[in-house]
Amino acid sequence: MYSEKVMDHFMNPRNVGEIESAEAVGEVGNAKCGDIMKMYLQIDENDVITDVKFKTFGCGSAIATSSMATEMIKGKTVKEALKLSNKAVAEALDGLPPVKMHCSVLAEQAVKAAIFNYAKERDLYYEELEGFDPTEDGHDHGHEEE
Amino acid sequence: MSKQIYFDYAATTPMKKEVLEEMMPYFNTEFGNPSSVHGFGRHGKTGLDSARDKIAKTLNAKSDEIFFTAGGTESDNWAIKGVAYANKNKGNHIITTKIEHHAVLYTCQALEKEGFEVTYLDVDEYGMINLDDLKNAIKDNTILITIMYANNEIGTIQPTKEAATIAKEKGIIFHTDAVQAYGNLTLDVNDLGVDLLSISAHKIYGPKGVGALYIRKGTKTKQLILGGAQEKRRRAGTENIPGIVGFGKAAEMAYENLEAHNKKLINLRDKLTKELLEKISYTRLNGHPTKRLPGNVNISFNFIEGESLLLSLDMVGIAGSSGSACTSGSLDPSHVLMAIGLDHETAHGSLRLTLGDFTTEEDIDYVIEKLPPIVDRLRQMSPLYEKVKGGNK
Repeated sequence: MYSEKVMDHFMNPRNVGEIESAEAVGEVGNAKCGDIMKMYLQIDENDVITDVKFKTFGCGSAIATSSMATEMIKGKTVKEALKLSNKAVAEALDGLPPVKMHCSVLAEQAVKAAIFNYAKERDLYYEELEGFDPTEDGHDHGHEEE
Repeated sequence: MSKQIYFDYAATTPMKKEVLEEMMPYFNTEFGNPSSVHGFGRHGKTGLDSARDKIAKTLNAKSDEIFFTAGGTESDNWAIKGVAYANKNKGNHIITTKIEHHAVLYTCQALEKEGFEVTYLDVDEYGMINLDDLKNAIKDNTILITIMYANNEIGTIQPTKEAATIAKEKGIIFHTDAVQAYGNLTLDVNDLGVDLLSISAHKIYGPKGVGALYIRKGTKTKQLILGGAQEKRRRAGTENIPGIVGFGKAAEMAYENLEAHNKKLINLRDKLTKELLEKISYTRLNGHPTKRLPGNVNISFNFIEGESLLLSLDMVGIAGSSGSACTSGSLDPSHVLMAIGLDHETAHGSLRLTLGDFTTEEDIDYVIEKLPPIVDRLRQMSPLYEKVKGGNK
């Protein structure tokens, strides 16, 4: 049911771990629904994400999307990272089953949540975060397919 | 990675060679319709009758109390709806449990929409019903009690005989879904005192798409499948003769071999359970420690999610199942795990390994070797584990 890329990122996830002195930390999801993603970003004075780590409780695609999202934002500026869409994450993994698309939403939200906290602490403004609510985590679980 | 070990016997079983051999002639040489008068038909009828006798014998039932269906699901649907419709002049109340298979639960829910009233009994932390709860749930208008013999997810065996006795004292019809128990436990319909009992062939090394419903003589039920005069005019449709013949053979083999089968499975089950609980911390056994199906192991691993566990196991050739929501595409984890009081996280982290006739001690050892590092790898990735580790150190 999963693509080879999803399985690769699930079995050999990139950037697993924590960054103790991370500038940005975000956590989305909840145990009730069966997935939680936590992301740590190291951001330098030029707003470049120099390192990313994640920890995820969840299914195979939750782990794979977290891994792929970290790869896609590493080395990018914060503004560029905010442009990461769930669709781009899913496409980079050669697609996800419809019921698992919410995992890619969660990965996008995890990145945004980390940057949201970073911006809040530093009183920074990113227009990409307009209307972003870190408590929303895209948990429709593909109910529209039913 | 060529090794492939099957640990999902509760989902379905591989058909035994002897069963297949018994079925083969009925596909082409003995293909006649049992309803036909000619010799071809008579041969088909012989296969049908013989299978019915074999299955009746395993249940200590009479042959004319066994009715073939298309599987356990149809048997459950028929038993519940059949009794409900045929007895609605007496009342409209049905009692069941919260941990039934969906074939029972959804049938009961459908009846609720038609005006029937259903009580869903709670279970304790082991998945066991309380007989006093059952007594207290009975009302003047109760017409049917349906309680599964043994649970498909956690393996817990209910006090079916005691529950059936309570029903009988009150003159209420009693049905049990014995799909998981059949072929694994001794089931004597007269000793148990049940009025209806559902069974299925593919759980006992027989073919898929065939089951049976035991209906005690004199039990009022309504016919659901209309058409020809098959099954004593109670279930229409040309009989699935090859399937039924295979079912008969599988049933016969299961009960010839029951004691050895159980002894072996219980040993392997208990070894697997004990070793996994000892080797891996933050785990719990789901279901009753002893009153459980011989081949059922169901363990929750905290801080990790079941689907990722199943995928990882599949990569090393171990085929199991989970009560996690992510394996079913629904939002909530298994209703059975929720009913025994697990929190969502623990329910999401459940793993069911079910053993069967082809499971070996080497297979068990292989799981005991492979599972701990897999659980550890997933925990190292989990933000929930991080919190616990932080708290401990």
